[in-house]
Amino acid sequence: MKQSELLRVENLRTYFYSQGRTVRAVEDVSFSVQQGSTVCLVGESGSGKSATAFSILNLIPKSMGRVVAGKVLYGGEDLLRISQRRQRTILGNEIAMIFQEPAAALNPVCTVGEQIAEVLRTHKQCSAREARRQAKAMLDRVGIPDAQRRLDDYPHQLSGGMRQRAMIAIALSCRPKLLIADEPTTALDATVQSQILGLLHELQADTGMALLFITHDLSVVAEIADRVLVMYAGRIVEEGDVMQIFDDPWMPYTRGLLKARPGLHSGDGSSRRLSAVPGDPPDLANLSIGCSFRPRCCHAAADCAYRPPDLETVRGHSVRCMHWRQIVEAAGEPEAVL
Amino acid sequence: MPPEMPEAQRIELRAKLGLNDDIATQYLRYGEALLRGDFGQSFFSKRPVVELFMERVPNTLLLTVPAFVLSVAIGLCGGLWAALRHNSLFDRSLTTATVVMQAIPNFVVGIATILIFSLSLRLLPSGGMGTWKHFILPVITLALATCANTAHLVRTCMLEVLAQDYMRYARSKGLSPAVVVLKHGLRNAILPVLTIMGLQFGGLVAGAVVTESVFAWPGAGRLVIDAVMKRDFALLQFGILVFSAAIIFANLLVDVAYGLLDPRIRER
Repeated sequence: MKQSELLRVENLRTYFYSQGRTVRAVEDVSFSVQQGSTVCLVGESGSGKSATAFSILNLIPKSMGRVVAGKVLYGGEDLLRISQRRQRTILGNEIAMIFQEPAAALNPVCTVGEQIAEVLRTHKQCSAREARRQAKAMLDRVGIPDAQRRLDDYPHQLSGGMRQRAMIAIALSCRPKLLIADEPTTALDATVQSQILGLLHELQADTGMALLFITHDLSVVAEIADRVLVMYAGRIVEEGDVMQIFDDPWMPYTRGLLKARPGLHSGDGSSRRLSAVPGDPPDLANLSIGCSFRPRCCHAAADCAYRPPDLETVRGHSVRCMHWRQIVEAAGEPEAVL
Repeated sequence: MPPEMPEAQRIELRAKLGLNDDIATQYLRYGEALLRGDFGQSFFSKRPVVELFMERVPNTLLLTVPAFVLSVAIGLCGGLWAALRHNSLFDRSLTTATVVMQAIPNFVVGIATILIFSLSLRLLPSGGMGTWKHFILPVITLALATCANTAHLVRTCMLEVLAQDYMRYARSKGLSPAVVVLKHGLRNAILPVLTIMGLQFGGLVAGAVVTESVFAWPGAGRLVIDAVMKRDFALLQFGILVFSAAIIFANLLVDVAYGLLDPRIRER
């Protein structure tokens, strides 16, 4: 099946303003999502992953900041420039989102059934009865037992995993073409996490929707991604297919992240110490002109401090580092991380 | 008892009212009478206090009910709009106005409106009951203090709710702004407001007592004030009893409504 482009983000810039400072949360981010594919947006907290997701949906609170530049092209339209009315026909319908904390995102005073039904009534003009019937079918579909009774439950009556399932049911009720998942498994324990990932995978195979998955967890990325975007300090620093990123990472930051991942096999059987990427992410309100990863990079050279690196693309694999060739060569065979 | 009363009459009256018994006995006698539904008679008109009181209650309701509705309407709309337009000119003016309004006592507002609208502009009557024009000043006076309180609280609660994840989530579902703000926002923000509304009912009753006096409104509040002035204890006691019962009932109503609106309360 020939894949075609579903969503393209071009030169997105989102700034937050607080106490007279400008925080450059998303800086010149471009990428595209193919129909039915899974794109993972990876990075530490504060790297601009969630800000990118909320910018795509134009949901950055006005009191906090705004998208200052860029385009989000979807079906020939720029989601950032169409009318709010038009936007609302796409949100929750063709592009749906699930949040990190279902406990905070679900309305505490509305029943689960009502929260699914209202999406169906808004976008599919269903009758209340039909919406309720479909809501029950959705709860069944996402594996919530005793769905008929759960319809009348409130979010606080469900467990964390069930709440995330309910949120997935809400998101998928209108059969979206793109699902944006903002760290949907971070708040869950490991067993539930793999159940939810399995469910998402299954639903994706079923409906053919694309998935933009935001996470800081590389083991999740290895499991589900087709394409990986690594973000650092608001920029994409490496982008490639999942094999390119895991087998042959170019950017020193990505290499560091992969090393920081607990692995089951360490080759010679001895236990390998986890090596975290040293240092802290930079202050996004006060970025230097050079490479923003330079202070934490063990390969930093003199020119890294004043020359901003461009995104360089070779065979569909992009990297934002001036010295990546030397670094990869010097390191020789990358460590077996997969 | 008026001080100029002759000594012989005074002794006779004390015996008749049972004032020579000790306090505990008097109190028990009063309590027992209450249980029998006997609330006593006014010292002056010699009519049962219940009858006197009930004659006046409709007038008070005519004043407090519209005032309460007006207060809630203005408070909700004002507070909501200020929260949605946070830091706008409207928001700032409303916040300032609510602080000022909460600081000014009821009777000052009443007297000020009389000065302006009755004496200077000669637009509205300064007191008494009769035409619809008589309602305007007392209702507004009574509503102003509580509506400032409500507006302030609605604004604060709504601002807090607007920052919640579920509001952004509701928007991400493509719901209309009205649904997002009213169904997902206000339903959550209204809960603490409801508690205060119950407490405000007490303030409204107190306000009615003052407002009725200022505007010479023949309601239950003024009856109680008159009872205080004339030391008509049986009437005063009954007035306080009714007001207290009303406030307790209002708070009970709030608790029940709270349970209906917030499923998390219902569980416990």
